[in-house]
Amino acid sequence: MNAVVMRLALQSLLGSRRVWILVGLSALLFAVAALSRWGSGGAVDVSTGVITNFGFGLLVPIMCLLIGTGVIAPEIEDGSIVYLLAKPVPRRTIVLSKLVVAVAVAVAFCVASIMIAAEIAGDADGKLALSMGVATALASVAYVAVFFMIAVLTRNSIIVGLLYALLWEGVLAGYVPGVRAVSIRQWALAPAEHMVEGNSSIAITSEVGLATGIIMLTLATVGSVVVSIQRLKVLSVRVSD
Amino acid sequence: MSTIELVGVSRWFGNVVAVNDVTMTIGPGVTGLLGPNGAGKSTLLGMMSGFLPPSSGTVTIDGIAVWRNPAMYKEIGLVPEAEAMFDSMTGEEFVLANARLHGLADPHSATVAALEKVEMLEAKARRIGTFSKGMKQRIKMATALVHEPKVLLLDEPFNGMDPRQRMHLLALLQQLGTDGHTVLFSSHILEEVEDIAGTIEVVVAGRQAASGDFRSIRRLMTERPHQYSLSSSDNRALAAAIISDGSADAVSLTAQGLDVQASDFGRFVHALPRIARDAQISLFDVTPADDSLESVFAYLVAR
Repeated sequence: MNAVVMRLALQSLLGSRRVWILVGLSALLFAVAALSRWGSGGAVDVSTGVITNFGFGLLVPIMCLLIGTGVIAPEIEDGSIVYLLAKPVPRRTIVLSKLVVAVAVAVAFCVASIMIAAEIAGDADGKLALSMGVATALASVAYVAVFFMIAVLTRNSIIVGLLYALLWEGVLAGYVPGVRAVSIRQWALAPAEHMVEGNSSIAITSEVGLATGIIMLTLATVGSVVVSIQRLKVLSVRVSD
Repeated sequence: MSTIELVGVSRWFGNVVAVNDVTMTIGPGVTGLLGPNGAGKSTLLGMMSGFLPPSSGTVTIDGIAVWRNPAMYKEIGLVPEAEAMFDSMTGEEFVLANARLHGLADPHSATVAALEKVEMLEAKARRIGTFSKGMKQRIKMATALVHEPKVLLLDEPFNGMDPRQRMHLLALLQQLGTDGHTVLFSSHILEEVEDIAGTIEVVVAGRQAASGDFRSIRRLMTERPHQYSLSSSDNRALAAAIISDGSADAVSLTAQGLDVQASDFGRFVHALPRIARDAQISLFDVTPADDSLESVFAYLVAR
């Protein structure tokens, strides 16, 4: 870990327009949660749907995409990554430092958004907020790692990331049963399902079991980190326009 | 004292050969890497700075391969052509961050020293985003110099500089060269190189076209035969008149008119109007075909 790399990553992440998109997405989630409460009178089965499908299923991956790519993609795009890479700092350190910042920001931001939205929409003794908070924290780590990897692999990281989040996890998983089991969303829902077991009003279901979910999340995260490090070691950077 | 050594280096991107079998040794002092746009200068610099692997051949600094060896950056300072930096930081913060990334024992005094060298102490507290192109160039120089590297690589450093800034950078590079640093800068402008580099390496279309002392290469360039394209009311008669006058070496008819090659440039340009008038031929167009740097380089390659 390198403190300078971390501070630069945090600075460019918080100094960019992405922050305002994140705040906007969060506000949207709160607005939808408030509407849901107003419409349903805070019924937990309704708010569970809003939080798991809209909040967790749609907004969390988009937020993680913005954060995970945000700590590296703009620097690769404009070439300023050269100033980090042309230093006697191992590439592994650069990847890990940037990822730690992105994961910390994503976990804090996404978990807070989901838990607050759950309370706004309607909760049963905080069980929805807690279980989905855990699922969001786990999903954020894996999403950020995967999207970071996509950002070092391709210049079109936002498009590829959106295709994964929306098309693969969102649409295809609705029709193709096999696809559903291969998604960060389902893996991260496994512990949440486990936490609300026996509670009939909070219907959180995952395609995979608890052990499978945790193992797959770990594999996806570690795999993405390893690929990112290897890729950054051989990244060809334009030194000219 | 450091030496950059390229041995049989080629680099291709798919089917395109950007650098073709280049062997060169760059020692202490200032060396200019000269060539037209697209000649492969940036690719060469990319390989020397460890951001591109050679497709074949070896690139080493003091015998150590640069590719996949970040530890080498202790000895390398790189000034990229791309302008992007961390625009929200001040000049001082950015140079200091670079000093820290190098793990310097005293990053603060190294930063002050580097800013002083590039005369940016006064503007150090301004955000990089507000800097002019020349100031950004100087901040880039400061980041490259902050760890006092033995090797300094600069990609088109004079682009966008006003004359005063240019003079200052020239003096700075010369000083570094005299102090025993190995300084290599790329340029597509002959005159830039002339003012400063003791040695030059000329690359054209990915190949090394000439190498060595600037003055001898300059002589090769000015003594080359000159090419002109002409068109007139009667091209055949004009061709005959030029040949019989003896002021040109070769004339060939083309679809558009005439191509003329003259080794005595002064004599031909003075003779041409007279020849045309005497033969009562109207000249429509006289274009020197080889004033562009590309053709100068092309001539060097063909030799």
